[in-house]
Amino acid sequence: MGVLIVFIQKAIVQGMGILFGALGEILTEKSGNLNLGIPGIMYMGGIAGLMGAFFYERGSASPNPVVGMLISLLCAFACAVIGGLIYSVLTISLRANQNVTGLALTIFGTGFGNFFGGSVSKLAGGVGQISVSTTASAYRARIPVLSELPVVGDVLFSYGFLTYFALVAAVAMSFFLFRTRRGLNLRAVGENPATADAAGINVTKYKYLATCIGAGIAGLGGLYFVMEYSGGTWTDNGFGDRGWLAVALVIFAMWKPLNAIWGSILFGALYILYLYIPGLGRSMQEVFKALPYLVTIIVLVITSFRKKKENQPPAGLGVPYFREER
Amino acid sequence: MNKEPLFRMSRRESIGIGKQILIYVLALFLALVVCAGVIFLLVRMNPIDVYKAMFDGALGTKRRTWITIRDLLVLLCIAVGLAPAFKMRFWNIGAEGQILIGGLVSAALMINIADKIPNTVLLVLMLIGSAAGGLVWGLIPTFFKAKWKTNETLFTLMLNYVAMQIVTYCIVFWENPKGSNSVGIINQKTRAGWLPEVLGNDYFWNIVIVLVLTVFMFIYLKYSKQGYEVAVVGESERTARYAGISVKKVMLRTMSLSGAICGIAGFILVSGAGHTISTSTAGGRGFTAIIVAWLARFNTIAMVLISFGIVFMQKGAIQIASQYGLNENASDVLLGIILFFIIGAEFFIKYKIERNHRQEGK
Amino acid sequence: MEQTYAIELQNITKRFGSVVANDRVNLSVRKGEILCVLGENGSGKTTLMNMISGIYYPEEGRITVDGREVKIRSPKDSFDLGIGMVHQHFKLVDILTAAENIILGLPGAQVLDMKQVVREIRELADKYGFDIDPNEKIYRMSVSQKQTVEIVKMLYRGAKILILDEPTAVLTPQEADRLFDVLRNMKKHGCSIILITHKLHEVLAVSDRVSILRKGQYVDTVETKDATVASLTEMMVGTKVDLNIERPEPKNMKKRLELKHVTCTSKDGIRRLDDANLTVYGGEILGIAGIAGSGQKELLEAIAGLQPVTEGEISFFPDDSEPKILSNLDVAAIRKLGVRLAFVPEDRIGMGLVGSMDMTDNMMLRSYTRGKSEFLDRKTPGKLAAKIKNQLEIVTPSISAPVGRMSGGNVQKVLVGREIAQKPKVLMVAYPTRGIDINSSYTIYHLLNEQKQHGVAVICVIEDLDVLMELCDRIVVLCGGHVTGVVDGRTAKKEELGVLMTKTMKNEESDAQRAETDKNGESAVQAARTGKGDAGVE
Repeated sequence: MGVLIVFIQKAIVQGMGILFGALGEILTEKSGNLNLGIPGIMYMGGIAGLMGAFFYERGSASPNPVVGMLISLLCAFACAVIGGLIYSVLTISLRANQNVTGLALTIFGTGFGNFFGGSVSKLAGGVGQISVSTTASAYRARIPVLSELPVVGDVLFSYGFLTYFALVAAVAMSFFLFRTRRGLNLRAVGENPATADAAGINVTKYKYLATCIGAGIAGLGGLYFVMEYSGGTWTDNGFGDRGWLAVALVIFAMWKPLNAIWGSILFGALYILYLYIPGLGRSMQEVFKALPYLVTIIVLVITSFRKKKENQPPAGLGVPYFREER
Repeated sequence: MNKEPLFRMSRRESIGIGKQILIYVLALFLALVVCAGVIFLLVRMNPIDVYKAMFDGALGTKRRTWITIRDLLVLLCIAVGLAPAFKMRFWNIGAEGQILIGGLVSAALMINIADKIPNTVLLVLMLIGSAAGGLVWGLIPTFFKAKWKTNETLFTLMLNYVAMQIVTYCIVFWENPKGSNSVGIINQKTRAGWLPEVLGNDYFWNIVIVLVLTVFMFIYLKYSKQGYEVAVVGESERTARYAGISVKKVMLRTMSLSGAICGIAGFILVSGAGHTISTSTAGGRGFTAIIVAWLARFNTIAMVLISFGIVFMQKGAIQIASQYGLNENASDVLLGIILFFIIGAEFFIKYKIERNHRQEGK
Repeated sequence: MEQTYAIELQNITKRFGSVVANDRVNLSVRKGEILCVLGENGSGKTTLMNMISGIYYPEEGRITVDGREVKIRSPKDSFDLGIGMVHQHFKLVDILTAAENIILGLPGAQVLDMKQVVREIRELADKYGFDIDPNEKIYRMSVSQKQTVEIVKMLYRGAKILILDEPTAVLTPQEADRLFDVLRNMKKHGCSIILITHKLHEVLAVSDRVSILRKGQYVDTVETKDATVASLTEMMVGTKVDLNIERPEPKNMKKRLELKHVTCTSKDGIRRLDDANLTVYGGEILGIAGIAGSGQKELLEAIAGLQPVTEGEISFFPDDSEPKILSNLDVAAIRKLGVRLAFVPEDRIGMGLVGSMDMTDNMMLRSYTRGKSEFLDRKTPGKLAAKIKNQLEIVTPSISAPVGRMSGGNVQKVLVGREIAQKPKVLMVAYPTRGIDINSSYTIYHLLNEQKQHGVAVICVIEDLDVLMELCDRIVVLCGGHVTGVVDGRTAKKEELGVLMTKTMKNEESDAQRAETDKNGESAVQAARTGKGDAGVE
């Protein structure tokens, strides 16, 4: 029982960062942009949030956790949006290939994160020496009373606020996409931009906004890993391949934010499953770590068998749109 | 409502090679200016000095020059491997995995049978085995794409990480010394399975293999019947069927080739460069090569130039890093900036922008 | 008498690169009238309408709506002025419902109340007499249902000026009549309607006035009651042309192809071609008539080896040996048998040619496998390209310019030229003159006749019944995948063909079929938009 609770807790903790990334990518892909720069953008968000908090705590005599938190949130979001903006200018305005641009952005963003991570570490006195414990405490603060409850408190209420924020964001995004006018317009842009254009929707504006805001949300995923998961420290390539897991999760969730919630927890569980299966040798552990990717491949293959219209990627995904192109 | 658009753009009918080069040079120049700005902000150093240091880092000594050439060759090799896939409009994002599997086969042979057979035989086996490994890894997503149109971009991407886990799995068995979680330099004493030195040059065989592949690919794509089929399938599958081309067959054949060459890149990395295997053996080169292949538009000469540019940047940045106490990740940041500019420059090659002439009347 | 027009265009000019699509065009529409814009394919009708609806922006000229000068820079501007356009290829999002498509892009409360929207749509539909289910997804609809959604969409947006681009091209005659009733009804409610078409009888049946365009230039506007088929034709075509297409008597007819009970079933189980029996002779031109999507494409593709035959048999009769079974062989296998089939498909670029390749490389498409060498021989196709360019007077800077940049007529000449160069025994052509100027069309007819006289079995699908009756020796009529009749081209009557074209039409089935063909059409347009497609003007 105790092990199971810890397992669920850990799975959720692993999953939430991925969930942010996936939500950002869902919003982006719904506009018809396949942004493979998401992993890089998560690094950009993570390091920007960390630096914001770091310089605030360094500059202030008695740092306030909430202020630190707000500063880091803002920095992470803004920096990630800049990443999204670079992608948007290149692919939307300059009509560059989406895959190529995305990969370049990932190279840039990962380098950006590690570069500044390394530089800040040096300022702080060495690798692993960055500490923004005050700000991190705000991220890691648990809900009083509720988190004290046995079992329920551990499973449901033992997380920092970003976890709940991710869940709220997923529900809100689902509502936005499927219940509001702008959401409808956005889906039309991703499915058939020529039609959306003819219906008087500003395709360029929607693509820009969805991509940039999507990037911002994904950036919070980076922040989550830095603050809640790592407790406010930086290690180079610290979140490894989780950015790609976020891209995988989008497919797994079939472009639906609500699916992404349980999908992220499942991915988190698969990611750490090897730790909880008794008697697993070191070598087998490595095999288990490949599970999330294998599962995604299986989902990808199965959806391609079934060809149900509603479960397919947005029809305009990856295809650039220009009105006067002839 | 009464303002007309200031500019309008239209597709260029054609563009001279000189103008094309000019646009790229201009983009590169702008990129370097931006990079200089970034560098200045970070280290407060004269950017000219910094660029000098970069040059020094990439080509300053004979040894550095050779290392630059070595890395250039690997990148070029992967890009050459990706070219036919992209020409077929098959988004092989999985070079990273194909390289790893290729390298893994090489390492396995080096570790397990080096002492049982002559070195030449071993090397040939490694070359063939690596190619076969990359080929299989490339064929898996292709099979599904050919049969059920499964999205290959995402499939190949996922396979990269599966390949990485397979490598870490093997490292557990091969680690040396025990507990280090790494393989170390394989056969350091015997040099079995290392591409041998020729004319005092460690990289002779690297050059030979990559040059042969590059020339082969150039001819294959441009002058062979199979290359023509690749181009037709890439343009339109319906046209291919109309012309009597079996799309599935061409897809499987082309990706076999693509995967095999990426596998050979893995062989070169293990046997001709690092003499070890780890998850970072490919080190993102598979992704960088995608950009190289795409920007070069399957033009082999352009691939050489772009690969050189990128490797030059990386080596240069590492030099600045050590010289000015930055960390070496600066190279990725600078590389990213340069890539953005080059990717953006393509637009100005395809389109022209004109000012709208004023309309008559009011 | 001073009259304010609902919309008026003056001296509108639009260029695409070096092509002038519209050259100082004038057009005016009164309130509550139906104006037909008449012109051949390529005369610039669609381009002109796209400027009214904000898809393109004119280089010169002025537009006034209700007497006020306006700039229409985007589709939104166009809506705001009460202009709605129903495009030939529908602008609908497949996976959304009719209601969702109708409110797409409209302002209003952010949180959607779909029930309210559905109610409003039902009211509107009742007012004008539309038959529509607002909750149905578009991809499940037939073509005429989709068209209804498009029109309702425009009315829901309060369009006062409605533009319909060749609305009847995809409809059965009955559906077309129903559409015209609705249009007259809308006219009564004060709407102005612009109808783009090249079908003269429709013009005469439904419009109040007609404006004629020719080769991008404005010709004239006349009252429909003063117009006749002859006068309109003359204005549309320019100098009075000899509409007579030559038709030499067939000689040495030899049995070439036989189709027995051929059935093609699509993936979703619809019988696109149903138990078709047919014999084709060398030395004749066999025409195929039918409403779009009646199985023409499947018939040709089944023979060409591009369409699986689920039942029945297709056999080819060589001059001097046993018949050969072609059904369910692919293109390469048929070629291996030594059967020379030539096929000019409907999609010239996208199937018959590769747009980004030059003439030489396109010549190789059907012949590159020749010879044992692993390498390409570019010399022979290069010579062929040069020869075809000279013989058919193809306008292109050089044989190494991409064919995608050529005009529609030239593209077709390249394609037909290549196919004929194969010295085929059977030549199949689909819509050979669609989107092509008159001169090129006659070149093509001439080429077909030449092949016929060489003893080739020519099969052609042509939508224009007049051409069909003048060119073909026999005409096969398809309806809903069935062969409903075979008539002699010399004695055929239009009425007779019309009856056969709609015979035994089971509505549901054929609707579904045409929904499918429309989808194909749309993807072709999509291809054109992404730059791969035909570079012709319309």
